[in-house]
Amino acid sequence: MPDAAFVAQLPVSGQLFIALAAVVALLALAGLGVATARRPLGRPLVYGGALVVTLVAGLSALTAIAAPAAGLVLPLGIPWIGAHLRLDALSAVFLAVINLGGAAASLYGLGYGRHDHAPERVLPFFPAFLAGMNMVLLADDAYSFLLSWEFMSLASWALVVAHDKEAGNVRAGLVYILMASFGTLALMLAFGLLAAGSGGGYAFDAMREAPPVGAFAALVLALAMLGAGSKAGLVPLHVWLPLAHPAAPSHVSALMSGVMTKVAVYGFIRIVFDLSGPPDWWWGIPVLAAGGVAAVIGVLQALLQGDTKRVLAYSTIENIGLIFVGLGLALAFSANGFPAAAALALTAALFHVLNHAAMKSLLFFGAGAVLTATGTRQMDELGGLIHRMPTTSVVMLIGCAAISALPPLNGFASEWLVFQAVLLSPELPAWGLKLMVPAVGALMALAAALAAACFVRLYGIAFLGRPRSPKAAEAREVDGFSRAAMIALAAVCVGAGLLPGFVIDALQPAVGGLVGQTMPAQGSVAWLSIIPVAESRSSYNGLLVFAFTALSALLAAFAIHRFASGAVRRAPPWDCGFPNASPLAQYSAASFAQPIRRVFARGLFAAREKVEMPPPGALTPARFSASARDPAWAFLFLPLTAAVDYVAERANTLQYLTIRQYLGLVFSALVLLLLVLALWT
Amino acid sequence: MAQILVQGTQMLLVLALAPLLTGLVRQAKARLQRRRGASVFQPYRDLARLLRKEVVLAENASWLFRVVPYLVFAATWVAAALVPTFATGLIFSWSADLIAITALIGSARFFLALAGMDVGTSFGGLGSSREVMISSLAEPAMIMIVFSLALVAHSTQLSTIASVMLAGVGLRVSLALALVALLMVAVAENGRIPVDNPSTHLELTMVHEAMVLEYSGRHLALIELAAQLKLLLFLSLVACVFVPWGLAPVGAGVPGMALGLVSYGGKLAVGALLVAVFETSIAKMRVFRVPDFLGAALMLGLLGTLLLFVSGIL
Amino acid sequence: MIEHAITPNLVFDVAHMFAGALVLISFLMLYQDRLYALLNVFALQAVALALAVAWQAYAQDAPHLYVTAGIALVFKALVIPVSLHRMVARLGIHRQVETAVSIGPTMLAGIALVALSMVVMLKATPAAEALAREDLAFALSVVLLGLLMMVTRRNAVSQVVGFMSLENGLILAATGAKGMPLVVEISVAFSVLIAFIVIGIFLFRIRERFDTVDVDALDRFRGGRA
Repeated sequence: MPDAAFVAQLPVSGQLFIALAAVVALLALAGLGVATARRPLGRPLVYGGALVVTLVAGLSALTAIAAPAAGLVLPLGIPWIGAHLRLDALSAVFLAVINLGGAAASLYGLGYGRHDHAPERVLPFFPAFLAGMNMVLLADDAYSFLLSWEFMSLASWALVVAHDKEAGNVRAGLVYILMASFGTLALMLAFGLLAAGSGGGYAFDAMREAPPVGAFAALVLALAMLGAGSKAGLVPLHVWLPLAHPAAPSHVSALMSGVMTKVAVYGFIRIVFDLSGPPDWWWGIPVLAAGGVAAVIGVLQALLQGDTKRVLAYSTIENIGLIFVGLGLALAFSANGFPAAAALALTAALFHVLNHAAMKSLLFFGAGAVLTATGTRQMDELGGLIHRMPTTSVVMLIGCAAISALPPLNGFASEWLVFQAVLLSPELPAWGLKLMVPAVGALMALAAALAAACFVRLYGIAFLGRPRSPKAAEAREVDGFSRAAMIALAAVCVGAGLLPGFVIDALQPAVGGLVGQTMPAQGSVAWLSIIPVAESRSSYNGLLVFAFTALSALLAAFAIHRFASGAVRRAPPWDCGFPNASPLAQYSAASFAQPIRRVFARGLFAAREKVEMPPPGALTPARFSASARDPAWAFLFLPLTAAVDYVAERANTLQYLTIRQYLGLVFSALVLLLLVLALWT
Repeated sequence: MAQILVQGTQMLLVLALAPLLTGLVRQAKARLQRRRGASVFQPYRDLARLLRKEVVLAENASWLFRVVPYLVFAATWVAAALVPTFATGLIFSWSADLIAITALIGSARFFLALAGMDVGTSFGGLGSSREVMISSLAEPAMIMIVFSLALVAHSTQLSTIASVMLAGVGLRVSLALALVALLMVAVAENGRIPVDNPSTHLELTMVHEAMVLEYSGRHLALIELAAQLKLLLFLSLVACVFVPWGLAPVGAGVPGMALGLVSYGGKLAVGALLVAVFETSIAKMRVFRVPDFLGAALMLGLLGTLLLFVSGIL
Repeated sequence: MIEHAITPNLVFDVAHMFAGALVLISFLMLYQDRLYALLNVFALQAVALALAVAWQAYAQDAPHLYVTAGIALVFKALVIPVSLHRMVARLGIHRQVETAVSIGPTMLAGIALVALSMVVMLKATPAAEALAREDLAFALSVVLLGLLMMVTRRNAVSQVVGFMSLENGLILAATGAKGMPLVVEISVAFSVLIAFIVIGIFLFRIRERFDTVDVDALDRFRGGRA
């Protein structure tokens, strides 16, 4: 029976039509990818097509943010339900982020894909992956949502195992597919609970009409955190992420880290803010805790890695933590009756979603460029690339500064907003929140400072210093497409940092729809400052800070060169009397992290240092090794797999029973079920 | 127009006073150690001498190495100029609040740490790696201090905080905790004893000086000036938040400004003396004791914030 | 109480400040890892306690509290630290670093304890004045931090100091709550003194027997444990 009462009577808009067309076009491109993968024309066709489609879809989504919600029911999927589609402000924001990120990745892929030795394993799945993410954002019923979600997971899984000959990639794929299935299962249960409230209506509108109450709502929150959190990389469900994201080709890594995690954030927002009804007072607490822990653990792990792309993957966990802190604050405020503060916190989270998509894609592109130029991802084989790759090194510097939350770039703007939201929270009445929020604020501040350390390390080891291997010494700047994609993203980072007011204003329709209030308009503030609450309270002007700093620097440079000295002489660096030290004697990735490893990572991460010093006269080399572990593996997943192994071992005996015993099993199962039935009713 | 003039005065004032402050600290330290010491104007002469000299650039140094001194200097200068020194409510004071000022200092450090790694010697790497370890605790501690102040004043704007403090908020435990934490952070941020020793280039425990070892000539002058500005910044910060008396309020006339200037000078002199006494009476700690020290600052800041969150009236 | 020249607001503020100072000094004690420094900080806490109690005596017009303050000053700020100093010197353990749990986690636990005592006190006494409630919370914090100190230190001397600091918290609570009888105070002071003497004697005995004052060493001589 079609639930006519629940079917939304939303108009179809041009933007929804374009979004739908984009999905169809991307799927068609996937088909084209299958057909032309081995031909030289395949790569430009697929990536160029994806570039055009995602660019159009992204720009159209930008215009859809402020437009009224549009909806459509297609006669697909489960017969009497159909596929409900909807384009509202929230999905429009995420559609814009995803498609613009996708456009950048396609542009990058045009050049980067040239070096791919197995294009037939990448080309079909790249547009399919993009289409899957688009479908998730458009879905307006549980069935289409889960189907799209799973499609997105499978497409990205195929991309993760695209280079299956490289060590570790197959394992990464296995861990990923397991975690993805687990996440989908959790989401399925969450939607089941949501649908139960509305009497089995799987359309989101029906769920909104009858939100779950009490324990059911709490269970939905928990399942959403598990399902969306495992995709986004919340600790301790993050273990697949640092394995899978680096395994894929770099433009796909950028998509997975910068963009797909945002789809997960979207899923969480959709379920918790939109479908679960008004939040309870304590909902913010677990979200805040998960966010704060993920932020610190993520960035500490990033500091311990020696592989550039793995550093970036762990840093994604940190940023996702930051976003969840914003979401948790928004939940806490909105549940306790502070809609204006909730709007600020949610804006901060959404702003950081956008920022992280741009920064992380940029950084993965940069890591990909380094991989192309040198053939290695190991930081300890790099160095001195600033001399060999001028463009890449500049845009990477911008990306590193942005993700380290340095003013006047975009990462600082969103982090500043989160801090402002934290400062509004003493008004919250509940004790748990009063204790939680300052602690999470401290964790966030710690994560931000550690992130700066992490990216000083990444940039300093890979791009500065002297080349540590012949490969690094002979690196060449990458092609024009890759550089164009990186420059575009760097421009986004700078632009959103200098003029955050416009971004904030653009996000307000989505924020207003979720928490019922919006932030004050920023676009009309004098000098383009941002003033989240009141001018006497706080304001920040990225543009002016940038102008002042740039002017002072130029002034100093001019004055000094004009009135003092401009002379330069090149000379060997100070060598303490030991000339021509090997480049390998420079600080390495592990040695740079040593102080932080000692201070922060001894306990939880069991970071250990081992020195093997041969006796005098022995010819064996002295060795130093540093090790650390991921606590999630040590405390959760390894015991879990051991338990599964144990159970499987025990269950194995079931394979070798006699027919009579099997019959007995069936019979007793039947009796048991009947007994349950008898006792239940 | 007058406002722009005041803002300009402030920018030039911090620039002009920063070397003097360092000279004063050095002179006071020398006297405390029964030495005659150099003139308080020696830092100016040093800077002038360095500016006139040619730059000796390491062979492997990239463009970043040459740009960083200007960036570090500019960021520190802007940050120092945004802290109220003799008057509150300057015309551009709203362009960055205390969080942004903290982050500006963080930017300067970020680039300086990168420059330390650019040449590819062990000294630079050692300095950078220790600097980021120290900052990874000093920065969150600073943010916690900002939280404490902001929760009392209901603002992160330094001008507003200073006026609230001037109006009187009574004795507050959380502010006392914030003050102690701020002093600890200031010691670490400026690389003073007991965290780092600003006057040695030989000790293996050095941090800041190891990072800038390869700098010479005008680049070194800018970095030294930036370090002096940073010391001035932190003293100004402590002065304007915890001893705001004498600060010229918004719209004050010339007498108010003059009073502000005189009291600011007095505060700086007292601050310099206290720094000298403190540095003379304490020994430098081991590098791996520094995290404990800064961890304690972080905890105090967190405790202050927590008290404000829990009770709201402390 | 109101007839004082100073406004009641300031009276409370100052009392509050002293209470806060005691908590801060408790943290300072947790931060120390050398015995001499620890004893100095402990003496500082006793001075702060004496000041706090004297201020209460002034604020409440309760002269007998001056006696309490005097006792705190003489015994806790002078006699006990000085004799402990000597004891440490004679035992030759002044350079020992005696933390069983490292400083970072200890401080974190301390923060958690302060938060806990704030919540407990503010919840338990909703009727009382806000500042008095927080004074009580601070006193409870000092007690808990003293206990934490005893738990996280190996050395018997630091455990004694922790115990004394705990007692400081008790006195702070008692004086803040409008005075406890002088007799009780004096008897408490004497019991502490006696406890101190007893512990002192034991310290030397332990040392004579086992060549260390590390209390973990005692466990090895206890029966019934592997």
